[in-house]
Order: sequence, then structure tokens, then C-alpha cells
Amino acid sequence: MEKYWGFIIPAVSVLVALVIAAFVIMSVGKNPVEAYAIMVKGAFGSSAAIVNTIVKTTPLILTGLAVGFGFRAGVFNIGAEGQMIMGALTATAVGINLGWAPPYFALSLTIIAGMLAGAGWAAIAGYLKAKTGAHEVVTTIMLNWIATYLSSYMVQVPLAVGSGTPKSPEIAPSAKLPVLMKVGPMEMSAGIIISVTAAIVMYVLLEKTTTGYEVKAAGFNPYAAEYGGISISKNVTMSMAISGALAGLAGVVELMGVHHRFLGTLSGGKGFDGISIALIGQNHPIGIIFAALLMGALRTGSNEMQFAGISKHIVMIIQGIVIFLVAADRIVRTMILWRKRKKVKV
Amino acid sequence: MKVIEAILDVFRNPQFYSITLTSSTPLIFASLGGVFSEVTGVVNIALEGIMLIGAFVSTAFAYYTGSPWIGVLMAIVAGIGVAWLHAWASIKWWGDQIVSGTAIILIAQGITGFLMKPVFGQVGQTDLEKFKMIKHITKEINPIVRPIKLPFPENSFLGQAFGNISPLVILAFVSVFIGWFIIYKTTLGLRMRSVGENPEAADTLGVNVYKIRYFGVLMSGVFASIGGAFLSVGDTGIFKELMTGGRGFIALAAMILGNWNPVGAMLASILFGSSEAFANQLQSSKLIEVSSSVKPLFNMVPFIVTLIVIGGFIGKTRPPAADGIPYKKSE
Repeated sequence: MEKYWGFIIPAVSVLVALVIAAFVIMSVGKNPVEAYAIMVKGAFGSSAAIVNTIVKTTPLILTGLAVGFGFRAGVFNIGAEGQMIMGALTATAVGINLGWAPPYFALSLTIIAGMLAGAGWAAIAGYLKAKTGAHEVVTTIMLNWIATYLSSYMVQVPLAVGSGTPKSPEIAPSAKLPVLMKVGPMEMSAGIIISVTAAIVMYVLLEKTTTGYEVKAAGFNPYAAEYGGISISKNVTMSMAISGALAGLAGVVELMGVHHRFLGTLSGGKGFDGISIALIGQNHPIGIIFAALLMGALRTGSNEMQFAGISKHIVMIIQGIVIFLVAADRIVRTMILWRKRKKVKV
Repeated sequence: MKVIEAILDVFRNPQFYSITLTSSTPLIFASLGGVFSEVTGVVNIALEGIMLIGAFVSTAFAYYTGSPWIGVLMAIVAGIGVAWLHAWASIKWWGDQIVSGTAIILIAQGITGFLMKPVFGQVGQTDLEKFKMIKHITKEINPIVRPIKLPFPENSFLGQAFGNISPLVILAFVSVFIGWFIIYKTTLGLRMRSVGENPEAADTLGVNVYKIRYFGVLMSGVFASIGGAFLSVGDTGIFKELMTGGRGFIALAAMILGNWNPVGAMLASILFGSSEAFANQLQSSKLIEVSSSVKPLFNMVPFIVTLIVIGGFIGKTRPPAADGIPYKKSE
């Protein structure tokens, strides 16, 4: 039984959250069954919808991996949002200046620049935690706001182009990710390959290498790990940096694969979604891919629901309830075991 | 040199001090709430969410009943409800307190956004005039807690800075004193601190660890929700989606910087509040021309100050020993 808890707890949590959200939908006089039907149709009802869902899932896999890697290493990276912004912003600054470069060079340089920016932004919080003990939850939140305002300034002044919504110029064509599939106006870029590859790399890193073992040991029991010769302060900074690099990469694929220019709405809460995704995926890279798909589908489907007069915010409520139940997983365990006991009695 | 002149000018302007008070008040309330919770050993990052709920509920009741005070009262009730959710998960079910707090923030953001349309008839932010049109309300609605006039000469510096003061601002300082008194001068406070430092020992001495922790977390709901209510009915009279804008986390930083002491947290809140007021005043300074596109840089100031302070001085403070660790009573 114990083996399956990692799957059962998130699955039951999602179910319970959908049921509670159904009551919320009912409270504003709408039919929840209809609402969920619209949602599923919006996410998977046509080939355009499926492509849209995959496009939405792509950065979510990466932010989920970012937060999940942090959890495995014992740090709570609540700052994926800011790291994603910094990654996309830096990649933009690099990408718009690479008109002269051949694609393989432009692509790799832009990706690396974005990942480094995300890593550096997160490493500030890691360094502060290692050096002074400043809790990463507080520091990364501050860094999120700083990144938000900094990017807002950057697209209004130094990188601004055109009028209307603040935006940067388009990145060079050679720095755009190749399009794999095109359905109507929806384009699916090679970003999904990058995301899935990142999940596989993380799996190998955590499960098959010494570094991964050290990271997990430090996350599991820092005191024992330190006694065993693992430097905790070095590990904290490095773990935050790797986590931030993944979040930065999320910003990069969103930039290079979808928008092709920096917009203020580019991150749009995807970094925060990473928290739910990591928890639903139980911090396991493969679990995270599926959790991201679930969240991507919820996001795509909720757009459709919005047209039917049900606020998109319902997705946040669902997410919140799921996280709440995963946090206090004993609630779910007790619920399941209690039902089982009842069955035995009958 | 013009910039230095402009900076000095900000400090000479009485408005800077009055804005400092209004920016600090929500932080003072919320950080006091944080102290109450964490002194008993429960980390409460849900403050941000509780504040948001407080701001929403107080506006809703102020609009429907016409009285901002009923709004504040109902915000407290709602705040206790949300805090109870966090207490229930972290105390009874030994849940991960930071994750549970994150969940509550998400739920609060979701619920308040979801209910904007059904409750106020519009999304984004509330508009009292539109609200009246939808509801056909004829009676007077005053969505802002009326300020108290203090007996300073009208045109004096003090009169301009502190002449009109919200009773909630005064309540904030009174609450800090009461909080300090409870935590450091009463038996209850001694129990709270012992539960936060060493729950096993406290339990052995017959202290009900769970009950004391529930009390701490629920009190944090009371204070954080008043802090949120101040943002809406205490200051602006409107509710805006996500209007807390990270203040719950700045309050947490203030609590840490204040070494988990109500008075310390208050002083730290004033520091962070003044940095917000400073940025606010400098960008509207007449001595330097600030174009609106540069404003985001000024908005960064409170967060940078918080980051520097928390990164630089934190080594000198110490959290309660059992902070964040669920207490598992052995059967």
C-alpha cells in the first residue's frame, strides 16, 4: 500500500478539490457538470485545443521541475515566478541582438543566457540563506516583486518598442524555436521537447549521480548530511541556482517558442503554478510532467469556461485546495482508511 | 545634486510622515499576527491571504451595510475562519506549514477574484458609484472609517502630518502594546512562548500544546485581517484584486527583523512602511521630473530595502526553537 500513496494522495486531493469547487460553482448559480464539461472540451475537444494545452503545459513542466528540485534539496523556491521573468528578460536582451548569428548559435546562446539569469537570481536567495540564514520564502518573494517591477521598467524604457502595451522588439528569427506543428493559429514549438528532456535530465541527475545523492541527502536531513561531509551552505546555493536555471528556462521557452518578445504578462503566474505542480507530482520528474499536463489543461479549459460566465479564478481555488490537502496529507490518508474500515465493517 | 535636494525635500514634507503611518499600519497588524502565531511555534505565511480576505470582506460589508466598522468586524470573523483552516492543517494534521500557508494564499486569491462579479458586480476593482447603480441603494454608504481629528494646529507640521488620523492606526499601536503585554507579562504568554520553544516540556507541565497553538494562529487571523481591512475600508475605500501586493510577506520580514517581538516587529514595520512612503513621495517630487515609465523603479524600493535588511541583519535574530515543527503528542 505505502508504495502507492505517492499516487493516491495527489489523485484523491484533485478529486476532492474538484468536488469542493463544484459547490463553489453552484453557489453562483451555475451548473458544475456543464462547467466541467466545457472545461474538458476546451482543453481536449479539438486538435487546436490539444495543441493549446500542450503549449500551456510546456513552461509549467519546467516551473514544476524548478520547484520540485528545490523541494528535493530541502529549499522552498517560491520565487520561480521572478526567476522565470529574469530568464525571459535576459534571453530577450540577448535574442534581439542575434540577427547576424546562425540558428544553432543564436538558439543556444539565448537559452544559456536565460538559464544563467534565472540561476543567478535564485542564487541570491540561496547565498543569503547559506550565509545569514535568511529564509528563502521571504527573500524569493522580495526578488519576485523586484523582477516584476524591473521587467516592467525594462519594457517601458530601455527595451521598449511601439506604443500601447509595453513590449520589447521581436527576437531575431534565428533565435526562435522551430515550430513542430501548426493547427490554425496555434503553433507548437520545440519547447515541449526541451521541457521533457529537462525532466529526464533531472531524473538522471537525482537518481543516478553523486551530486544528486548529495542534494537529496542535504534535503532529507541536513545535519546528518553535514556530518557525512556534505557542505550544506554550498549545497543550498547550488540547489537554488539549479532550481532557478529551470525556472529561467521556462521563461526562455515561453519567449522563444510562444511570444517571441517580452511582454509583462509573459510569466502570468506560471512560476506559482510550479508549486502546485511539484506537489501534485510529488517532486518526481515524471509525476511533474503529468501534473503540469493537468494544470495546463485546467488553464486552457478555464479560458473556455470564462466565456460561459464562470470566472477563471476557479482554477486557483482548485489549485489551492489540492495544495492544502497535499500539505496535510494525513487528512487524505485518514479519509481513505476510514472508508476502508467502514467497508470492512459492512 | 537636484536628486539630493529632492530627497531632503521628501523628509521635510509632512505628507511623508502621514503616508509612512498609513503604509506601516497594515504591516504592523500583520506582523503582530505573525508574532502571535510563530511564538507558539506555527509558521504562518498565510498572512498575505488572510489580509486579502480581510480587505475583501470588509469592503463587501461596508458596501452592503453602509458601515465600515461592521466591515472590519466581519473581516475579523473571516480572518479567524481562514486562520482556523491553517491551524487545523498544521496543528491537528501535522501538515507542512509553509505549504499549507501557500495553499491558503492561493485559495484567498482565487475566492476573492471569483466573488468580485457576484458580490460587487464588476471585476478588477470596486467602484462605489457603479455598485449603487446595480443595487439601487439609496442610503448613504461611507466605505471609509472616518478619521479622528487630533488637536494639533491645522497649519503646523504636526497638524499636517498627524492631524487627521484613522482610528485603525491608533488601534494598531494599541494592539502592539496589548500583544506585547499578553506575550511577555501574562501566564498565557508564558505558556505560548514555552509551547513555541519546547512543546514536550510544556506538555509535561500540563500545558495543552494544541489549544495554545490554536489560540496563537487564530489571533494571527484577527490581526492580519484588520491589517487587510485597513488597506480597503481604512484607507482607500475600494477593494482591488490582489491588493495586498506582497505586504503579508513584508510583514513576515518585519516579524523576523523584530526578533519575534511585537514591539520590534512594529519598529521594523515602520521602517518598511517609511521606505514605501519615501518611494511614493520621491516619484511625485516637484524638484525632479519623473516620467511615468520610470515609476516601476520606485515601486521596487520597499522590496529591495526588505531584501537587504533581511539578508544583512537576520543572523542577529532567533526564531522560537520549535517554530514550524508540528507537535506530535505521543499516545
